[in-house]
Amino acid sequence: MKILVCIKQVPDMESKFKIDGDGLWYERDELAWRMNEYDEYGVEQAVQLKEQTGGDLTVLSIGPERVKETMKKALAMGCDRGVHISDDLCHLRDSFEIGSMIAEFAKDKGFDMIFTGMQSQDRGSAQVGVIVAELLEMEGITTIVGFDYHQHRITVRRELEGGVKAVVEAPLPAVVTCQLGLNIPRYPTLPNIMKAKKKEMVTVDGDELNRVGSLQQPGAMSVPVKQGGGLYLDGQVEDIAERLLAIIKEKTSVLA
Amino acid sequence: MKTLLVAEYRQDTLQENYTELIAFAKRFGPEMAMFLVGNGSGELPRFQGPLYLAEASECGEYNPGLHKRLLQDVVKKQQPDMIVFCHSSYGWDLAPRLAVGLKAAQISEVVAEQDGKLTVPACNSKLSRTVEITDKPVVVTLQAGAFPLGSDPDGTPEIIAVSAEYTGNSRLTGYEAAERTGVDLTRSEVIVSAGRGIGKPENVPIIAELARALGGEYGASRPVVDSEWVEHNRQVGTTGLTVSPKLYVACGISGAVQHLAGMKKSEFVVAINTDRDAPIGEVADVFAVADLKQLVPVLTEKIQAR
Ligand SMILES: Cc1cc2nc3c(=O)[nH]c(=O)nc-3n(C[C@H](O)[C@H](O)[C@H](O)COP(=O)(O)OP(=O)(O)OC[C@H]3O[C@@H](n4cnc5c(N)ncnc54)[C@H](O)[C@@H]3O)c2cc1C
Repeated sequence: MKILVCIKQVPDMESKFKIDGDGLWYERDELAWRMNEYDEYGVEQAVQLKEQTGGDLTVLSIGPERVKETMKKALAMGCDRGVHISDDLCHLRDSFEIGSMIAEFAKDKGFDMIFTGMQSQDRGSAQVGVIVAELLEMEGITTIVGFDYHQHRITVRRELEGGVKAVVEAPLPAVVTCQLGLNIPRYPTLPNIMKAKKKEMVTVDGDELNRVGSLQQPGAMSVPVKQGGGLYLDGQVEDIAERLLAIIKEKTSVLA
Repeated sequence: MKTLLVAEYRQDTLQENYTELIAFAKRFGPEMAMFLVGNGSGELPRFQGPLYLAEASECGEYNPGLHKRLLQDVVKKQQPDMIVFCHSSYGWDLAPRLAVGLKAAQISEVVAEQDGKLTVPACNSKLSRTVEITDKPVVVTLQAGAFPLGSDPDGTPEIIAVSAEYTGNSRLTGYEAAERTGVDLTRSEVIVSAGRGIGKPENVPIIAELARALGGEYGASRPVVDSEWVEHNRQVGTTGLTVSPKLYVACGISGAVQHLAGMKKSEFVVAINTDRDAPIGEVADVFAVADLKQLVPVLTEKIQAR
């Protein structure tokens, strides 16, 4: 069983974001980076599948040098090797271009299973996994919250609105995009973090895999104008609590 | 601009969100057509224009490969400039398949349109991107609720029957209903919800305490439920409950659009959050910039001491 999991490095969403000099993306100099949350579920599921089938698991990430830090976490969680597709401009590429680069890498490697997150937390297009499946002509199932493997077939639960789930069966090879709550991602243990340092990390030049170009221009990034107009309370906890209580009494009937 | 709107049908039901497709398309002119895999003798979308209809009884439940083929044929006949989906479990699954087939750009989760330019969110709505439509056709998905129609849909579509042959390898074998046991939050007049900001399961009780002091129930955002700190029947949001209490207190919840969708109709919203830029500010009447672990117990005490 050959397994691939694709991950993206994203900033911590509690960061204070500023617009980059070219106006096309956010400034990246002073951010704390982490693994895209959705991809953590992908890595965990891929590792579980590897443990179940004794397969071989590659983690792939596209991006500048710093994404290797995030890949190390995936290695420490149990991936066997890392493929870093080096690309300093990946933030300007659309989902089709990114998906095409992954497909170009994967096309003759015979992967039985590919895991991706259902979307990234920064761009949030929810397209890349499906594009990879389409380009590789593999089954593609999105938004999974349950995964079972049995004799080269999978049974997954696709999450729909309101928490309803569709049960879908498919033969391999397949691509699945992972939704929050699919599993409980493990924390890398210290011994596994040490072991991960010795695992193979290959770097591939992104340009070599990029044959298509983007279909969509990046567009201008901006900080949305606040529409809220609510009241902000700062200061000492005692004071805030006092004022909150007064407001709740005045504006709602719940303490009447 | 000629638009093709892709309506949804699931478990024998036409999904109401087709009206949002119409509201969006109207901004680009009257020339619109619709596509639906649905039941010709059941409820049909109300609008004026051609409706390309594939019979659900023949197509079965959602089969992405089949729907893609049906749509590709319709696109050939109709030659739209823009193909519009809802950004739903159906739309985000099907739209990229069609876009790849057409070699068309896809713009996901559009929240606004101005002068033909489309705005999409980034970084949990803390940022947004505004993109231009350069090539046609373009594929677009719309954020749920971003384009309300504002009036009842009307009209009788002119039905054009379509069909395609495709089985594919994957199969939808059934549905599982959402868990709905125990407490019913939708009846609660006060809901105090715990978000990931509570940090650890040991902090759920301080949220529950505040809820009790206010005479209400406690709820949760999705990560808190996914981590199994709180049961699913208390999850608020698109994949949980839609609630509209008199008072909603969001503790350590950033305000992702999927959470907002479940609580923004609340009469009065209080947010408690350490990050004053958190998007929950968009719907909060009062935003306490504070550590919930400190503020919540003090607030509870003051309410109890009243
Ligand atoms: C298809 C789909 C469906 C979804 N359905 C739902 C749904 O039904 N419901 C739902 O909730 N989400 C849903 N989500 C997930 C959603 O996108 C967000 O990931 C989720 O709502 C985030 O939850 P959160 O705000 O608790 O966590 P985070 O976004 O991590 O926010 C935590 C917040 O806590 C604050 N904080 C941290 N520490 C403290 C402290 N000590 N005191 C005060 N504040 C603190 C932080 O500033 C931050 O704003 C869905 C996502 C998808 C893709």
